[in-house]
Formats: sequence, structure tokens, C-alpha cells
Amino acid sequence: MHSSVYLTVLIALPMFGALVAMLVRRAPGAAYAVGVATGVVELVISLVVAVLYKSNIPGAAGTAGFDFYTRHVLSAPLGLAYDVALDGLSLLMVVLTALVLVLSLLGGRDRRREPSFVAWLLILTGLTMGSFVSHDVLEFFIFFELTLVPCYFIIAGWGGRERNRAALKFFLYTFTASAFLLVGILYMGFALQHQHPTSGLSFAYGALMGTSLSHATAVWLFVAFAIAFGAKSPIWPLHTWSPLTYAEAPTAGSIELSALLAKLGSYGLLRFAVGLLPLAQVSVRPYVMTLAVIGILYGSILAAVSTELKRFVAYSSLAQMGFITLGVVSGSTIGVTGAVLLMFNHGIITMGFFLVIGFLERRRLSTQIADFSGLQRPMPVMAAIFTVTMLASIGLPGLSGFVSEYLILIGTFTTHAWWSVVAALGVLASAVYLLWAYQRVFHGRAEGENAGLADASAKERWVLVPVVVLIVALGVFPKPVLDKISPSAHVLVTQVSTASVTK
Amino acid sequence: MTLTIPSIHYLVILPVLIFFGASLALLIASAMWRRSVPLAFSTTVSVAASLAVVVVSFFQWHCLDKSGASTTIAHAVVLDGFSVVATAVIAVCTALSSLVARDWLRRENVRGAEYQILALASTAGAMLMTQANDLIVIFLGLEILSLGLYVLVALDRRKTESAEAALKYFILGGFASAIFIYGAALVYGATGSTNITTVSYFLGSNVLLKPGLLVAGGALLLVGFAFKIAAVPFHMWSPDVYEGAPTPVTGFMASIVKVGAFAALVRVMISGLGTQLATWRPIFWALIVLTTVVGAALAVPQRNAKRLLAYSSINQAGFILIGVWSADARGVAASLFYLATYAPVVVATFAIVSVMGGLGDERHSIESYRALARRQPWLGASLAVLLLTQLGAPLTAGFYAKYSVLASAVDAGGAPLALIALLSAAIAASVYLRWTVVLYAEPDEELDVSRVVVPTGTRITIGAGVVVALLFGVWPGPLATLAQHASVYFLP
Repeated sequence: MHSSVYLTVLIALPMFGALVAMLVRRAPGAAYAVGVATGVVELVISLVVAVLYKSNIPGAAGTAGFDFYTRHVLSAPLGLAYDVALDGLSLLMVVLTALVLVLSLLGGRDRRREPSFVAWLLILTGLTMGSFVSHDVLEFFIFFELTLVPCYFIIAGWGGRERNRAALKFFLYTFTASAFLLVGILYMGFALQHQHPTSGLSFAYGALMGTSLSHATAVWLFVAFAIAFGAKSPIWPLHTWSPLTYAEAPTAGSIELSALLAKLGSYGLLRFAVGLLPLAQVSVRPYVMTLAVIGILYGSILAAVSTELKRFVAYSSLAQMGFITLGVVSGSTIGVTGAVLLMFNHGIITMGFFLVIGFLERRRLSTQIADFSGLQRPMPVMAAIFTVTMLASIGLPGLSGFVSEYLILIGTFTTHAWWSVVAALGVLASAVYLLWAYQRVFHGRAEGENAGLADASAKERWVLVPVVVLIVALGVFPKPVLDKISPSAHVLVTQVSTASVTK
Repeated sequence: MTLTIPSIHYLVILPVLIFFGASLALLIASAMWRRSVPLAFSTTVSVAASLAVVVVSFFQWHCLDKSGASTTIAHAVVLDGFSVVATAVIAVCTALSSLVARDWLRRENVRGAEYQILALASTAGAMLMTQANDLIVIFLGLEILSLGLYVLVALDRRKTESAEAALKYFILGGFASAIFIYGAALVYGATGSTNITTVSYFLGSNVLLKPGLLVAGGALLLVGFAFKIAAVPFHMWSPDVYEGAPTPVTGFMASIVKVGAFAALVRVMISGLGTQLATWRPIFWALIVLTTVVGAALAVPQRNAKRLLAYSSINQAGFILIGVWSADARGVAASLFYLATYAPVVVATFAIVSVMGGLGDERHSIESYRALARRQPWLGASLAVLLLTQLGAPLTAGFYAKYSVLASAVDAGGAPLALIALLSAAIAASVYLRWTVVLYAEPDEELDVSRVVVPTGTRITIGAGVVVALLFGVWPGPLATLAQHASVYFLP
């Protein structure tokens, strides 16, 4: 087992970077440089962690397969502990967090280089990192809840015209939903303590797994967790905050929200709802799957008719998140592995979308689809990159989206065939809405302002290169990544099946 | 007839004596002094008395560690962990609010030592309430506390709102006191004593076949308390009084009065009527739901900082009540933790409101805070931190305060109650956030954008509030343990 110092550094470094960025705020450009440097170091450390990670860690349920583990109790009466660990499910998310930071900083506009913006972004990264490596449910909740604060200020401070309304709606939605999560967590913790009165109050992941609950209680808890994580993901019908928020947030904010924070929702659903309440999941599964499938179709339809690019990505994200949710609750190793991979891939793909949209917005000062046409001629490179991203999102074989969607559909098919069949329609629908959007923006005749737009600059190209490389690499050769994920996914799924057998 | 004087353990009542003594000393000094007592002198006396009480509470804690909880003066006054911690909190808040008051009095050019004299006397009453183990002594504390406050609210003689608020507070407060003492009388009728320990012993060893008298008495006591802590539906006075009173007095009411009233409430409900839990719990349930939800919902449309904080403190009072509802050691510890973190924070918040009010104490619209954080980053950031604490954001003390009361509720089987309270916190969150955003918004050219001068005393208070909010937010362990120990010594 490796030292937990790596993870602690991953959490602390961005916070420290934020502090330094604020200290050097008087020097022009210094804060931005500090931000980028922190991001690059963070990315390197996260890649080192990814390479070092070993899945064959022995241990009891809840600790087996977790590397970089440590636990310090901070306050016994409050049940508060610093407890971090990493497994195959969180590994990719950690890398994604660092990558998103770097690219959203590099892809941001000049006004987004203000020291306070850089500092908020760094703080957000540290907190997100903390949520992904938390191995204690209460600690996760604290990080999860804390991410709202920087998000709120990023949207309210640097967003579009309706930024205040968007920020407030986003905050209230998530804050309200997470009330259910906190009460659920507390309920589990105290149920455990009442069963083992000698041990203190603890919310450790492994310990909570041993809580014995009546089936009805477990189902209620699962529903409470699903509400909290469903609002974050978002899962239909808890998605209504997302189009407004994505549209109004600054580009870096939209990237953070859709590429990263949405994943906190599906990750939480997988880790805590499915992981801690395996039996309840079996009963609730059909309903969650139905919502996921509705989300896929509903998101696809609204994406097809949306007239604004950021809302378009928001709705297509709803559809993609439906696929992820489907995989998360599929109850098969393949499905869960696919879901985790899609979390990563979707992060990369939406990041690609939002970066391109940000670049277009910079040139045209608009994100209305109607304002664009025929961009293929003046900006061929941008069109090519958009095409690759779009095809990956559709799930073209050879690109990253295909692998993950395919795994999810197979995994779901083995357990719940009909949902898989309907969800497969979503793949078709995604081709429709994506190609149609591409047609409206890039095809046709470029007139007026559109004709004179400059193609991607060298810097913009360099920002987009990692996105394209990852999309192609993970599409052609996903095995090393899958090998890291699937042991942990297997542990999680076997736990469900053993639980169903023993009870 | 011989009069026997009960034995007195002076260490126990020393805090009350110090504050009352300081108040009297100032009163005499102001009579002897040729001109009006200098502000510096009265403030120094007030701060020195508070610090002395903090020191005394250390000795009390030491005594407690050695020999456990004890009662004195015919069991009417108690020394236990709960009272010691509450006393220390009150003392700290008194010191902080007297610093704010000094700056306010200087700015408004109010001469004389009335503020400090009355505030010290009121504080003595609040302290007596935390230690009282007899309904009559609680009433005594309540009256000492209130009489001073009625005058303090009317201190700003140039403003009719101040007089109006005082009259409102006085009339309604008088009713509440009368209701309280009537409740005490009914409890005496039902149990044969006003002593909380005796009441509890009587109820523990006898079954009341006709509990009507006790229920009525308990209900009236509760009404008296609910008025003081401004629980819905007994909250009507609070927005008007908070708005009309001079801002430092509002801070005083929101912190010190609350701590005193809650301490007495906890003692009466849990020590005295703990055996009647099944009767009063549902009432508390309804009271908490109303208080949290109505407080939060009515805070939303407010455009005046003081009224907004009045409603927000109603919401917060609902949260503190949750710890009482749980009615066990964890719940008591949680309420204590909540009070200990909330009281300094609210004093500091009103300190900022006080300096922002400007000469005349009138600029209190939320709009006047626009772009404050851009003009004065430290002041703006401090207010943001204080608001986020009251919101309950993680890494601030408010999070652990809310967390611990909710944990106690869930532990006691009140998950739905915890959920409702948390949802109300989401409503309240929108209120705090909107204010925070105003702080960081673009400046409005038309409004007066003069910098606000923050005098040293107020600066210390604001700093102390921010330190409490952040320190116990990052490192809540010691305070949580202290609160837990304090409530172990509780329950005589």
C-alpha cells in the first residue's frame, strides 16, 4: 500500500496555490501563472498516483482494493475524521479533476485571469479532489457541500446576464437536495452506533457497510441518497437547474460544473448509494433505470430543439448522464466499469464542447445557434476538432464514447434487457441532435461576420490537443484504463450479489 | 420566629455578583462624578468585569472537575458544566458587545454610563438564569434581564422607532413574564415545589392521575420562554424591536438574552420536566417546525439588514430548540455548542451592521452594502464569513453547530424533524447568499460610496466573531468535547 501523503498533497496543493495566487494578486499575470503551475503539478501528481495505484490491496469489505489509505479521527463526539483512500472508481476522477483545472485555466478568457477567479477555481479543485478521495461518508459530505461555495461565487461573479439567478438556483437546488443526504448519512451512522454501542460514532465507509438495516429503511435511505446525487448529476426530473446554470456560467465554470461536479453526483450514487445499500438498490433499480432512460430520451429531444449552444450541451449532458446512471445501477461489473469510464469520457467530451463554444463566443459574443452558419470554411481546424468531439459523443467506434456506451449497454442488457434496448435508441438520438447542431453551425454559407472569423489560434489548438488525443487514445486502446477500473467495479458488484444471497 | 440563612457557596454566584457589583459601582460612580462618566471608564469596567467572570468560570470548572455538580442557597442555584460554559459565553459576548456599544455611543454622541450600567445588570440577570435551579430564581433572572433591556431598547431618544420598539417589547414582555410566573404557580400547585430538582424528583416518584394542572403550568412556562427566544408563533415582537433598538442593543438581545433564556429552558424542560417528555415533545416538534420554516420564509422578502437578521435569528432559534427536543446528553451538548458559536458570531454581525448604519444608525437597507467587499475587502470578507457561518457552510463553526443538533435529533429518532429543519436552512441560505452577493456586486454609481470607518473596539469584536467562526469551523474538536463534558456534569 502506498502512502496517503499523495492524496493529502492533491487536496492541499490547490488550496495552497489559491493562497499564493491571492498573495501575488498585485503583480499582473502572476496569479494566473501560479494557477497554471499549480494545475500542471497537480496533474503530474495525479498521473503518478494513477500509475502507482495497485488494486490488489487485501482487507475487509470497504477497505479491500483501496490504496493510499489513512484515517485520523478529528473529533470523536462529532464523528469527524480525515479519512482518504483511492480505488479504481475514484482514480479516473482524480485525474479528470486535475486535467479540467489545467485546461479550463488555459482555455479561459482574459477577464477569467483575475486573481480571485483563479483562486476560486483552485479552491474548487481542491474540494472536488477531496470529495473524490474521501473514504468517510461525513467527510465526503463536507467536501461535497463545500464545492457549492466556490461554484456559487464563480457563477455569480463572472457569469452572463442572468448570473445571479442562475447561481442562486444552482445553489438552492443542490443545497436542498443534499439535506436528504445529510439526514440519511446521520441515520446510518446512528443506526450503526446503536448496534455497536461500545464503538464511537463513526461514518467510515467500511464501517457503515456493516450497518444492518431493515429493507424498508434501506430503500428510504437509497431514495434520500438518490435525490441528493440525482440533483447534482443531474437525473431527470431533477435537472431543471442545469440548462440555466450552464448557459450563464463562464466557460471555465460550465466546464467545472458539467465535466466535473456532475460526476460527483454519479460517483456519489455509485460509491455511497449502491455501495452502502446494495440490497435496496436491487428493489429501487427499475425505477432509477426508468428515470435514467427518460433522461436519455428527454435530453436528446430537448438538445435537438435547443437554440443556444450551452443549453444544447446541457441537454446532451442530461442524456449522457442518463447512460452513466444506467450503468451505475446496472448491477453488472461490465456496466459499472462502463459507467466509470463514461464519467471520464463525458468529462473530456463536454470539456471539448465548452472550450470550442467558449472560443466561438469570444469571436462572435454570442452562443445562439442562429447567429452561426457555415463556420467550416473560415475555421476548418475548429470544425475538425468539434467533429471529433461530436463523433465521440455519438459513440462512433474507435473513439472514446463508443467503448463506454457499449460497455454500459452490454452490462445493462445482461441484467435488464428492456431498459438497455430503449436506451440504445438514445445512441441513435444523439446522432440526430449532434449532427443537426453541427449542420446548423458549421455547414451552409458563411455570411457577414461569420465569414471573417479567424480559425483556432496556436494557443487554442494546444488547449484542444489533449482533448482530441484522449478521445482517440481511449477509443483505440482503453485496456490499461479498464484494467484499473474493473477490479473495484467487480468488488462493488459482487458485494451486491453476495448481499442478495445472504439476506 | 427565627430566620435561617441558607449556606452560600460564593464561588457559584460570583459571576452574578461581579456583574451586579460592576453595575452598581458604575451607577454610584456616575452619581459621584462631576460631569458624565467618560465612556472609556465605563467600557473598561464592563470589559474588566467580563474578563473577571471568564477567569472565575475557569475556577468554577476546576471546582467542578474536583467535586462534581453542586447546588447552593437552598438548592436554588446550581453549579454544573452547562452553567459554567454558558456563563463564560455570556461573559465573552458582554465584553464584545460593550466594545461595539462604546463606538456606537461615541458616534451618536450619547453621554453617560447608562448603557453599560443597564447592560451589566441585564447580563447579571442572564447569568442568574443559566444557574437557576428554581422557577422563582429563573423568574428573578428573567426580570432583571428584561427590565434593563426595556430601557436599553429605548436608549436612542431621538428616534421614535426606538421608543416604539421599547414600548412594544415592554408590554409584550410584561405579558410573557406574567404568563411565566403563572405557569410557575401552576407547577407549584401540581407538584408542591418550585425547585426544579424537587419537581423532577416528585414527578419521577409519583404518577399524576390528573396531570391537567401540570400540563397547563408547563405550557405557560414554555410560552414565557418561547417569547424570550422569539419562537414562532411568539415571535411577532422581534423584527420590530430588532429594527427599532439601537444596533448594539440588538446584538445584545440576539446573543446574551438568547443564551440565558435557552439555558433556563433546557434546565426546566430536561431536568425539571424530563419525565413528561412524551407530553411536551410533540409540542416542541410543532414549535421547531414553525420556528425554522416561518423564520426562514419571512426572512426572504426582507430588505432591511436588521429585520432580516431578526428573522434569521428566529430560524436559528428553531435549530437550537432541536437540541432540547432530543432531550439527552447529546442534544444538550449540541445546543450548548450551537449557542457558544452562534452568540459571538451574531454579536460580530451586528457590530458590522452597527458601523454600516452610519451617523444616526439609519442606513440599514441591504442595498447600502452594495460593493462593500470591493471598497473595504476586509470588512466585506468578514461579513461574508459571518453570513456563511449562519448559513451553515462547512469549514465554519455554523456547520458543526447545525450538524450536531441534527445529529442529536436523528439519534433521538427525529429524522423527519432534522430533514424539515435542514430544508428550512436551504431557504435561509438563499437569504444569506443574496446578501453576500450584494457585498461583491458591481458598485452602483448613484449611491453614496463613502468608506465606513471601523473603530478599534468594533474591529476587535468583528475579528473575534470571525475567529470563532473559522477556528471552530476548522477545528471543532475541543469545543465539541467541552460541550460534551459540560452536559455530562449537567442534570443534578
